[in-house]
Amino acid sequence: MSVNGSQRVDLEVVANLIPPQSRVLDVGSGDGSLLELLQETKQVDGRGLELSQRGVNECVARGLSVIQGDADKDLEFYPDKGFDFVVLSQTLQATRNPKLVLDELLRIGNRAIVSFPNFGHWRVRLSLFVKGRMPVTKDLPYSWYDTPNIHFCTIRDFVNLCEELGATVEKATALDANGQKIGLSMPWWFWNFFGQQAVFLLKR
Amino acid sequence: MAALRAARTNNEVDNPSSLVLRFGPDKPLKLDAGTVLSPFQIAYQTYGVLNDARSNAILVCHALTGDQHVANTNPVTGKPGWWEVLIGPGKIIDTNRFFVICSNVIGGCLGSTGPASTNPATGKPYGLDLPVITIRDMVRAQQMLVDHFGIEKLFCVLGGSMGGMQVLQWASSYPERVFSALPIATGARHSSQNIAFHEVGRQAVMADPDWHGGKYFEHGKRPEKGLAVARMAAHITYLSEAALHRKFGRNLQDREALTFGFDADFQIESYLRHQGMTFVDRFDANSYLYMTRSMDYFDLAADHGGRLADAFAGTKTRFCLVSFTSDWLFPTEESRSIVHALNAAGASVSFVEIETDRGHDAFLLDEPELFAAINGFIGSAARARGLGA
Repeated sequence: MSVNGSQRVDLEVVANLIPPQSRVLDVGSGDGSLLELLQETKQVDGRGLELSQRGVNECVARGLSVIQGDADKDLEFYPDKGFDFVVLSQTLQATRNPKLVLDELLRIGNRAIVSFPNFGHWRVRLSLFVKGRMPVTKDLPYSWYDTPNIHFCTIRDFVNLCEELGATVEKATALDANGQKIGLSMPWWFWNFFGQQAVFLLKR
Repeated sequence: MAALRAARTNNEVDNPSSLVLRFGPDKPLKLDAGTVLSPFQIAYQTYGVLNDARSNAILVCHALTGDQHVANTNPVTGKPGWWEVLIGPGKIIDTNRFFVICSNVIGGCLGSTGPASTNPATGKPYGLDLPVITIRDMVRAQQMLVDHFGIEKLFCVLGGSMGGMQVLQWASSYPERVFSALPIATGARHSSQNIAFHEVGRQAVMADPDWHGGKYFEHGKRPEKGLAVARMAAHITYLSEAALHRKFGRNLQDREALTFGFDADFQIESYLRHQGMTFVDRFDANSYLYMTRSMDYFDLAADHGGRLADAFAGTKTRFCLVSFTSDWLFPTEESRSIVHALNAAGASVSFVEIETDRGHDAFLLDEPELFAAINGFIGSAARARGLGA
């Protein structure tokens, strides 16, 4: 379910937010990289939910606890606060109802960690501004007609949605094109312009 | 008496060639029917060695017409054990590493007490005097067998179809005794359609004049025709339309043209007749009635106020469920509803759906993706249980 071509530089940023032995649900666990990283380095009790059956079967064959399911449909079956952390990594923009999904993450987890590609990045803006066409970049390689990313947002948009859902932003990190963290002291507009990806730690 | 014995399906009923554990009047088996079974016996096989910590035991639960001979040559048919592709030295379930137990279920006909067994009160086979047996009764008996080995917690309980129902029952009734559970191609209840197919089978048996109200042994007969028809109908439900078409199509059997009669013109007819005929050689008709009934009665949610999640409340067992895309007897949705219930119960659960056209019976076959999933699940559970690599 992970749906962009980037190097998943966000994985380590996400992993660093999670203390050892936590109970973690990874929504859109893809090939299981994050779960495996967390199990090896943090000894977490990790579970995964993944849309692609092939991804699931590979994860289970590698000993990970993963089920096939859809973030848009299957989160309702999880109990309130059943996990310390619920992670949604590079998947929010591919969900049918991002607001509902985010709401569910905040219900299921004591904390939610969300990472997503920033549609406000200067390359995206430049592509639309100069070429007048929907941006196709190295990290977002799809054309408008075949993209699974149906709900792009900018960092500013996401912050607004968090406010609407009553979620507190406990930590936020923006990564530039090289996967480097952008200085904490920078204002939102700067992040929104130079951040290629963002990782948010939320609580409600 | 000699004639009676000859009429029995096989010589494995009262004194089977496998291991037997006999429970005297001091250890009755409580039945859901409200009575007890006593004395009774469990016929079983084991493979591998139980470690000192007694932590490496795997219980395999067999399906409707299976038996305890999971990984050795079957004494009745002479064929390999029914899950030898999976279980044995160096196999995915490695008997060099694990202690594998498989027992014939109560109500069966290969050595555990069932309708063909001699009723000590009369000296004749039980027939229909045996109380109806449920999945929970079978599991209760298995638990007594596990106690016999001094095993507090089974490392894994696994099985497909009716075996999967037993796995779910184990995990629900004795959660603290099941470290990991692997129910395959199964459901938390038998669907209306499945009960319907079973009823067709039972009616076929009971319509056979040789059934004699279940007392056929006393007449020196067996309802072979009825049981064969029951098996033929059931066998169709174990396959899929696509697989039948791939294997048989409309091919004719040993002939160039249609005969305009009712011989087995088509290969599929001949195949089903063969399945029916070989089945009656190894299986007891009354036992077939009891086995099908136990599945029909199974409804784990109903035992917990209608909420399946409550059957697994607070469970620490690690689950892995497997379904097959072309299984229309236990479709993927059945497994998915169990997964949702386990999610709601906060359980650790994996769920794999395997793409195959081989239908329900796929769980018994050499399916690489199934084996990869079992291997991954067992491997990580073994690490968590401290059983090493």
